Amino acid sequence: MELTSQFIQLIFSGLTIGSIYALVAIGFVITYNITGVLNFAQGDFAMLGAMLAITFVSMDIPMGLGIILSIGIVVLVGGIFERTAIYPARNASLPTLIIITLGVAIAIRGLAILIWGTQPRSLPPFTENNPINVLNAVLLPQSIWAVGISVVSLIAMHYFFNKTFIGKAVTACVVNRSAARLMGIKPEWMSFISIAVSAGLGAIAGIIIAPISGATYEMGLMIGMKAFVAAVIGGLTNAPAAIIGAFMIGILESFTEGLWTSGYKDAISFALLLLVLFFMPNGLFAKATGKRV
Amino acid sequence: MNHSRVNDLYNRHYGGLFLFIVVLAIVPFFVNSFFLSVLILVGLYAIVTTGLTMLMGYAGQISLGHAAFYGVGAYASAVMTGTHGMPGIVGVLVGVILSIVIAVLIGIPTLKLKENYLALATLGFGIIIFTFFKELKEITGGLNGFFGIPSFSLFGFSFDTDLKFYFLIWVLLIIGILFSKNVIDSRVGRALRSIHGSDIAANSIGVNIQQYKLKVFVLSAVYASVAGSLYAHYVTFINPNLFTAMESINFLIMVVIGGSANIWGGMIGAIVYVLLNELLKDIVPVFFPNVGGEFQIVFFGVLLVAILIYMPQGLAPTLGKLWGRLVGRKSKKQAVTGPPNADATVGGSK
Amino acid sequence: MSKRLLEVKGLTKAFGGVVAVSEVDFHLNQGEIVAVIGPNGAGKTTLFNMITGVLPPTSGQVFFDGKELTGKQPYQIAEAGITRTFQNLQVFENMSVIENVMTGVHCRLKTGFLQAGLRLMGVKKEEQQAFDIAMSCLEKVGIADLAFEPAEVLPYGNQRLLEIARASASSPQLILLDEPMAGLNPQESRQLVDIIKKKREEGMSFLFVEHDMETVMGISDRIVVIDYGKKIAEGTPAEIYENEKVIAAYLGTEDEEEAI
Repeated sequence: MELTSQFIQLIFSGLTIGSIYALVAIGFVITYNITGVLNFAQGDFAMLGAMLAITFVSMDIPMGLGIILSIGIVVLVGGIFERTAIYPARNASLPTLIIITLGVAIAIRGLAILIWGTQPRSLPPFTENNPINVLNAVLLPQSIWAVGISVVSLIAMHYFFNKTFIGKAVTACVVNRSAARLMGIKPEWMSFISIAVSAGLGAIAGIIIAPISGATYEMGLMIGMKAFVAAVIGGLTNAPAAIIGAFMIGILESFTEGLWTSGYKDAISFALLLLVLFFMPNGLFAKATGKRV
Repeated sequence: MNHSRVNDLYNRHYGGLFLFIVVLAIVPFFVNSFFLSVLILVGLYAIVTTGLTMLMGYAGQISLGHAAFYGVGAYASAVMTGTHGMPGIVGVLVGVILSIVIAVLIGIPTLKLKENYLALATLGFGIIIFTFFKELKEITGGLNGFFGIPSFSLFGFSFDTDLKFYFLIWVLLIIGILFSKNVIDSRVGRALRSIHGSDIAANSIGVNIQQYKLKVFVLSAVYASVAGSLYAHYVTFINPNLFTAMESINFLIMVVIGGSANIWGGMIGAIVYVLLNELLKDIVPVFFPNVGGEFQIVFFGVLLVAILIYMPQGLAPTLGKLWGRLVGRKSKKQAVTGPPNADATVGGSK
Repeated sequence: MSKRLLEVKGLTKAFGGVVAVSEVDFHLNQGEIVAVIGPNGAGKTTLFNMITGVLPPTSGQVFFDGKELTGKQPYQIAEAGITRTFQNLQVFENMSVIENVMTGVHCRLKTGFLQAGLRLMGVKKEEQQAFDIAMSCLEKVGIADLAFEPAEVLPYGNQRLLEIARASASSPQLILLDEPMAGLNPQESRQLVDIIKKKREEGMSFLFVEHDMETVMGISDRIVVIDYGKKIAEGTPAEIYENEKVIAAYLGTEDEEEAI
């Protein structure tokens, strides 16, 4: 009985953290599909979202409003980032673009220390956080918020890309850039939209994890990297596979931590990444496609 | 009959280098001990960045894990000499062998992929290695660090003063740069640059792309490891926080500042980075009394982006021209051949 | 009767459910110039990519000089003695003209990282050797005077010649040319035809894809025609000229081409 409850407990925490990774991973996939860039600043959008929300709440702004404001600001930051750093270098080689995102990531991180310092901060839970007992395992309402909000966000993304005009335009650019151009869609703006949307997703992830594990200026690196691993496990271009990858990473981590040691938690995820790259370079769920070289 | 012309192909005139070496030999006698230690640090970084320059500029791959190779060298030397009392060279060799093994293990799966997965894999590897440094407390001392690493000695000669160490490092750096330059100006260098130019074409004329990428990655790891070993001997105390992802990114920043399309770019980048960093340390508190190292992080982040957008070849080409004028080298000859990678920014074509 | 150099047996490539090349057989004798023709989208480039190892075939085999090359990597195929040029030019723009061709000598040289780095004996000799070979290749295509120019500044026609010089630098037995005449003016085309003929006299063989029928009929010993991924005819230019299937295939596409 004891074992079952521990098992359920670990599943809960795995799903919670996995939902965070899923949001950020989807941001990676969207950006990668549209711009071809691995955006290393993706995790730092999460940090920025969390820090802003904490600041607004500490200014006695109602939490809901504070959260919406934070997400809005991060979307704006994402857009500015695209216009000032990615757009001017759009003809540069891919490695150059990757390093640019890295530069932006550390600039954001440095700014965060300047503004918020290096001490961890935390956000109050969205609602009263009385633990719920499920089969002797403890489930915090914030975890339900986390999973719930990410599922809603992911569904919203699906709707955005498949049902709205802008979303369809972005998707069209992935399928065929020049055809999209002929139809009056400007691929340049799609890059802008994709990065802004990804930034927003990152902000949501940061805000929902902040009440659970706090926020520090350097949280973006780890969240970003884990989400990256999830995206690669999913094959980097496939959104649903990336989400599954994210939950796998979350559960793997929570089990490593719960049953073995927290010290090696991070190492395990990356060892999995190396294994996937080694044996299944197109992701765990890749079908045999006739992808041209 | 073509004898003179093959010599025109690459600039292999060493007049300028000779002058540079003379300057290097004189400088330490005219600077204070603080500046000497800064120069040693520059030399150590430059060894790493020279290797990294070959990887980035000539093979078009990004590594975000070179601080880990630096750390592998450092801990190998610390453990071999500090714990086991072995000679310094053993530590260096153990570090090099470990680094080669690790680089091959990471390189084989990632370098055959089209996307730039090496960046990701090396970042992940860096975090794994950091975890090991931190958790293998009996061997590494964990976060408390590893104390009492003896000074480096070779064949009974101990490099126990900063001045001796300065010469050790800079001689090694010059050897490292010459080795790299020799590689670049040869069949191997052309193969590497051809991958950069067009990987399909390179492959179709017999260049084994994966193997070359792997070898240059391994070579760059070896440079980093050797520098790390010597770093450990120099500072005598190391801890895992010296070898984080941020350190890897700093190496990358140096390469970008200097320019990865030029074999001297790594060294130039290391010099400029370290000097700028020291300068900022002095200047920033004057204007912002409460601000510490974070300003540097923002500064170098923005600088990195700005250089890649507005000066993608880094400082090396500009400085190269100035240096050529200073030394009085006939610049015409260079103009004919063109700089080795005239269009190279960082990395390969899309 | 000269020996069979290249033999292609039942070569097939399917992308998902679409069969781009289906059961193609043909061969090429030493010293021959063979053309592969067919309407746009017939699968010619896919066929080339399978022979040169860029794409692994779904089924079928490629033999060269008695050895099986099926599924080998492009660099191994180059080492075996087949090199190629590209329809959309793939000159190394980051190098000088002569370095481009010296890179072509790659698989005939041995210098590795260690020898090069230490500048051991033999490296200088190999450099000289590579340089001399490259120079003579450039002379043969007539652009030796441009040797020290950056490759990217060369006009289009010269870049084509450069690719041929680069492909011939390792003295391969067979060179594959992917639409060598595309984008050349009539004078440049004639120059290229002369170069190909001269190289054939030196014992080199050529397999090429080309749309320019004048060239195809003018220099080919034999022609292989494919349409919808299948070989529909094979023979001398005169035979192909009168083949009804070929005429039908081409008439079919004439209309489409006019429509574009």
